[in-house]
Amino acid sequence: MGKLRRTMMYVPGNNPGMIKDAHIFGSDSIMFDLEDSVSVKEKDAARFLVYNALKTIDYEGVETVVRVNGLDTPYGKEDFEAIVRAKPNIIRLPKTEKPEDVLEADKLISKIEDEAGIPSGTVKLMAAIESALGIINSYEIAKASPRLVAIAIGAEDFVTDMKTTRSLDGVEILVARSQVLLAARAAGIYALDTVFSDVNDEEGFINEVKLAKQLGFDGKSVINPRQIEPVHQIYTPTQNEIEKSIRVLEAIEEAERKGSGVISLDGKMIDGPIVDRARRVIDLAIVTGVYVEEEGEGIA
Amino acid sequence: MEIVKVGMAGTMESSDAIVTIEPNTDSGIQIYLQSSVEKQFGNQIRSVITETLRALDVDHGIVRVNDKGALDCVIRARVQTAVLRASDGGQFNWKEED
Repeated sequence: MGKLRRTMMYVPGNNPGMIKDAHIFGSDSIMFDLEDSVSVKEKDAARFLVYNALKTIDYEGVETVVRVNGLDTPYGKEDFEAIVRAKPNIIRLPKTEKPEDVLEADKLISKIEDEAGIPSGTVKLMAAIESALGIINSYEIAKASPRLVAIAIGAEDFVTDMKTTRSLDGVEILVARSQVLLAARAAGIYALDTVFSDVNDEEGFINEVKLAKQLGFDGKSVINPRQIEPVHQIYTPTQNEIEKSIRVLEAIEEAERKGSGVISLDGKMIDGPIVDRARRVIDLAIVTGVYVEEEGEGIA
Repeated sequence: MEIVKVGMAGTMESSDAIVTIEPNTDSGIQIYLQSSVEKQFGNQIRSVITETLRALDVDHGIVRVNDKGALDCVIRARVQTAVLRASDGGQFNWKEED
């Protein structure tokens, strides 16, 4: 089981109060933002603040991500110069439209890692895809660099580019979400869903998280600590799912012992994909702490 | 780095600090600190300010800090920002941080 990335919480990059406590709310990742949440006049201040915070504060193992300004802006290059040296786990590239955007960032990170004596490949990349062109190029983007660990859909900019607005059922971004997922899965990296902006609409938020999970996303960007727990709940396997998965894995173990070719459970055929899904449920149950494998129990 | 104008950074929010730097007609650094935790951490905050200025090669300037319970790393960031804003297009040398 890879790293959990169910929740990535946005933290405005020029807010010391939020930066110092960002890790205590329990999100799997925290994302310090130097881009849209920072005004043009405060870009320098946010860069220094996030740099110093990352160099000093112990985030107790919570994954750290920094959303930098694009390399096509006056701030992007210096953001990289600073942030790579502060060694967050990941740099998030905004508004990625083509594989060359990833390659350019990758090359720059490599150069700075080299200058600063940081082992090559330490700072990973993720790319936010937020335009029609980016969606069309999403697979090329997803496989552009081994440094890239995830792609995310940024829906607010995307719907603007598409000349529409966001709706609660998300019909206007269904194709884009699916395209990002297909690209991520084909490239073997994580896929992260977009933010839900109305923190007071809990029902709408939960419905959207359920949809994102059902589509296959690994997690969601969140903008408020209140949004963390509902996502984690939805991404945690239920007792029923765990029990069912244990039975699947026990059935396959039994069949392997007996050397029988065809396996069935409760009259249903159990084949490879079902076993894979059951294994994934158990892995997720273990890392989320809702299931503890007993000594010597070893399921399949 | 030469301080040629007034440079300011930070906010009055809790956990932040406002740092103002201006040219000093006398030589040297003068620090005026206002902090709710001055009795306990005044010396520590002053030493963070002094070290940060030294690393930026700032030899002359008047520094005013209104601290609202900022961590050392926040004070450092606000001083760096204020100095760069008070300089004449000065660039921060990130390579020196290596």
